[in-house]
Amino acid sequence: MQFSTYSSPHTGHTENVTRVMAQVLLAMVPGIIAMTWYFGWGVVINILLASLAAVSAEAFVLKLRKRAVAPVIMDLSAVVTAVLFAVSIPPLLPWWLTVGGMLFAIIVVKQLYGGLGFNPFNPAMAAYVLLLVSYPTEMTQWLPPRELSTHSLDFLTTLGIIFGNALPQGLSWDALTMATPLDEMRTQLDMGKMISEIRQSPLWGDYGGLGIEWVANWFLLGGLFLLWRRIITWHIPLSMIGAILIMGTAWWLAEPEANPFPAFHLFSGGVILGAFFIATDPVTAVTTKKGQLIFGALIGVLVYSIRSWGGYPDAVAFAVLLMNMAAPTIGYYTQPRVYGEQEKKDGA
Amino acid sequence: MSATAPLTLGHFHGGIHMPDHKAESTTQPVAAVKIPPQLILPLQQHIGAPAKAVVSAGEHVLKGQLIAAASGRVSAPIHAPTSGVISAIEDHLVPHSSGLSARCIIIDTDGRDEWAELPPPIDDFTSADNAVLIERIRESGIVGLGGATFPSSIKMEARNNSIDTLIINAAECEPYITCDDMLMREQADQIVSGIRIIQHILGAKRCLIGIEDNKPEAIKSMSAAVAAASLQHTDVVTVPTLYPSGGERQLTLLLTGKEVPSHGIPANIGIVCQNVGTVYAIADAVLKGRPLISRIVTITGEGVAQPQNVYSLIGTSAGELVSQAGGYTGKANQLICGGPMMGYSMPTDEVPVTKGVNCLLVASEQDCPPPEPATACIRCGKCAEACPAQLLPQQLYWHSRSRNFDKAQDYHLFDCIECGCCSHVCPSHIQLVHYYRFAKTQIWSKEKEKIKADHARQRHEARVARLERIAAERKARMRKKKAVLKSKKGGGDSAKKAVIAAAVKRAAAKKSAAMAATDSNQSATE
Repeated sequence: MQFSTYSSPHTGHTENVTRVMAQVLLAMVPGIIAMTWYFGWGVVINILLASLAAVSAEAFVLKLRKRAVAPVIMDLSAVVTAVLFAVSIPPLLPWWLTVGGMLFAIIVVKQLYGGLGFNPFNPAMAAYVLLLVSYPTEMTQWLPPRELSTHSLDFLTTLGIIFGNALPQGLSWDALTMATPLDEMRTQLDMGKMISEIRQSPLWGDYGGLGIEWVANWFLLGGLFLLWRRIITWHIPLSMIGAILIMGTAWWLAEPEANPFPAFHLFSGGVILGAFFIATDPVTAVTTKKGQLIFGALIGVLVYSIRSWGGYPDAVAFAVLLMNMAAPTIGYYTQPRVYGEQEKKDGA
Repeated sequence: MSATAPLTLGHFHGGIHMPDHKAESTTQPVAAVKIPPQLILPLQQHIGAPAKAVVSAGEHVLKGQLIAAASGRVSAPIHAPTSGVISAIEDHLVPHSSGLSARCIIIDTDGRDEWAELPPPIDDFTSADNAVLIERIRESGIVGLGGATFPSSIKMEARNNSIDTLIINAAECEPYITCDDMLMREQADQIVSGIRIIQHILGAKRCLIGIEDNKPEAIKSMSAAVAAASLQHTDVVTVPTLYPSGGERQLTLLLTGKEVPSHGIPANIGIVCQNVGTVYAIADAVLKGRPLISRIVTITGEGVAQPQNVYSLIGTSAGELVSQAGGYTGKANQLICGGPMMGYSMPTDEVPVTKGVNCLLVASEQDCPPPEPATACIRCGKCAEACPAQLLPQQLYWHSRSRNFDKAQDYHLFDCIECGCCSHVCPSHIQLVHYYRFAKTQIWSKEKEKIKADHARQRHEARVARLERIAAERKARMRKKKAVLKSKKGGGDSAKKAVIAAAVKRAAAKKSAAMAATDSNQSATE
C-alpha cells in the first residue's frame, strides 16, 4: 500500500492569514461607522476606492511578476492597507490622490520589496506621508464633525466632489472644510493663546476632538477585540500610549496652560488607530516582546515630540515610518533568553 | 513521601493545546500479536554507531540470541526477536525521516519461538555491582524507548554520585500515542522495580514520575504501585496536558524548576531522565535476563479498523501490525511512525517497527490534512509565542531559507527540538521545522566537509614538511661527504690503504669460513 508522505508536524493548521486580516477588517468596522456618521459618505467612498485601487495594483504587479494572483489577493492584506489609508485621509480627498497613494503603497512600498512580509515600511503610512508632503493643502482639508457642519452632503454630492471637484452651488472649500483639532491647537498655541482660551472653541469634545474622540473610542473597541482574539499583543499599543501619556502628563503638569492635557493627545488624532492597527502591523514592527515595548514607546515619544516641537500637527505616520527603519536592529538586540541559555557572567 | 504531588515546580514557555485522540486506542488491553513470517532488523536502531552483524545469511538463530554487536561505546547490540533463519543481510526501507533504506538483518521466522540461553536473572540487584548491572543493560540492547533511542547504559555510568534526581518521563504528550499509558496501567509493578534498579545504580536521592493529567488511570496505577513498594522519595507528579511537556527539557523544567543548559544534558544539573518504557525494559533485562526484543506499539488513527496497543516484536512490519489491528479502513491516507507532531511519514507499510517506534498512526485526511500551500511569512510572532525553547522561529526561518546559516546559529538554531509547535500555529502554513532540519543538516555537512578539508590540509602540510626534511637530509649528507672527501685529500693515501686492507681482510675471513663450512658438510655426509 502506498501512502502520501509529508514533513512533520502532520497536524492541520489552526489559523490562516486571510482569517487574521479579515479579523483586522472586522475590528475596524465600528470605527468606520463612527467616522462615516461624523464625517459623511466620503469615508465610505474612500474605502471602496482605495480598496479597488489597491487590489487592482496588486493583481497587476503579480501578473508582471508571473505569480498566482488569486491566493495573494485572497489574503486581504491589500484591503487592510487600503482601509487604513482611507480612514487616515480627508473624506473629500480628490479621487486621483487616493488612487495615486494606493498605487504607490502597493506597487512601490509593498510589491517592489517582494510583497507581503518583505516590505520594511508600512505601505498605508508611507502613502499617507507621500501625499502629505506632496499635496499639503488637499491633505489637510478636513470636514468638520456633523455637529458643526452647516452643510450636510449626501452620497451623490460627495461622489461629485471627490470625482469631479464639483462643489454644490454657493459653497466654497473654505466654507466646507475646517481645521482639525490638532491643527487648531497648534495654530492657537503658536499664536500665544492659553489652553483654557483654546478650549472655548466648539471643536472640542469632552476629552478630545469633537466627534474624533468617539471615532477613537470605537477604534479602541476594535483594538480590544484584536487583543482578545490574540491577533495583536498588548506590548506595542500599551507602550506607545503609555509613552504619550507619560510625556503628555509631565509637560502638562509643568505648564498646564501651554501644553494640552494628556487625554487630548490620545483622542484628537490618529493615536488610537495608530497604536492598535498601524504600529502593530507585524510585518513592519519588531517581533520580540521586549523589542515591541521599545518600538511602541519610541513611536509614542516621536509622536509627542513631533506634535509638540516638530513641523506637523499629527505625527503617527512619521513616527511609525521612522521606527520601521529601526525595527530590525531593535529585534536583533532584544532576542529573548533561549531555554537553557546561561546568563552571561561578568568577565566571562 | 507522598504518592502524588499535584504541583509542578516550573512551567515552560509556549506549547500548544490540541485534541489528544488518546481514547481511541485505550479501549482494550495491550494485545499479543502472532509471530510474523518475517522480521526486518535495521542495524541502526539507536543513536550512535550502527551495530555490526555477527550472524550470516543461512544461519539459524534462537530467540534472544545476539545477532549484531555494539560497535563502540555509543552503540547498542541487537538480538533475534524470535527463532528462525537469517535469510539475508541487505538494504531495506527503515523508519527514518529521510525515507531511505539502510542495512538490515532479515529473519524468516520458524514459528517455534525457541529461546536461546539467556544470561541469569540478577534478582538481588541491591547487592550487585553497578558495573555488572550497567553491563547487563548495555548487552541487552536497551535504548531510550521514548523515541530518542540513545543507549540507556551510557546515562547510567558513574558520575561520582552527582545525580540527585531521577525523572521518569511518562508524560506522553503527543496526540494519539498511548503505549506508555497502557504500559503504566498494566505493568506498574515492573516499572517500579525498574525505578528501584535505576535508583540503585545512580544513587539518586529522589525520583519524580511525570504524567500528563489526561491519563488518570495510569496516574492511579502508578501511585498505587509506588505506595505498595513503599518507595522512598518517589513522587508521581501530575503535569498539565500541554504539548510538548514530554520533551526532556520541558519535563525537567516542569518537575524541578531547573533548566537543562543549552548544548548540555540533564546530568549537568544532577538529573537523569528515562522514559517509562525504557524503565520497564531495564527491569526485564536485569530481573529476567531478557534482551530488548519487543515493545508496545500504538496502532491508531482513522485509517485503521481497530485502534489498539500491541506487544510487537522488534522488526515486525507496519503492514503486519495493521492487519493485526483489523486492517486498513478506506480512510487511510498517511502512515506515520510516531505521533502527528514529530513522527515520520512513510511511503509504504513495509517499514519495520524498530526500538524507537512507539506508534503507527494510520491517518485519514481528517486526522492529518495534507499541508496547504505556504504563503509569505507576515512575522506575526505566533510561532515565537508557541516555541517551548523560547526561540524566534520566524527569524530562524528567514535565515534558514536564505541559507544564512551563521545568522541562523546566532538565533540558536541548535536549541530547536523540532517539536513542531511553530508550524502548527503558523497562519501562513509554512513548514517551519522542515527549514530548520534543512539548515541543521547543511551545517552538519559543511562541518564534515571542513573536517575533511582540514584533514587534507594537514596531510598536505605533512607531505610538504616531509619532502623538505628529505631534501634537507640529502643536502646534509652531501655536505658530510664533501667534508669527508676534503679531509681525505688532506689525510693522504694512508687512510685509503687502511680501508683497502680492512676490506681484503674481511673477504679472506669470509672465504675461510665458507671453506670450513663445506668441509664439515662433506664430513657429515660421509
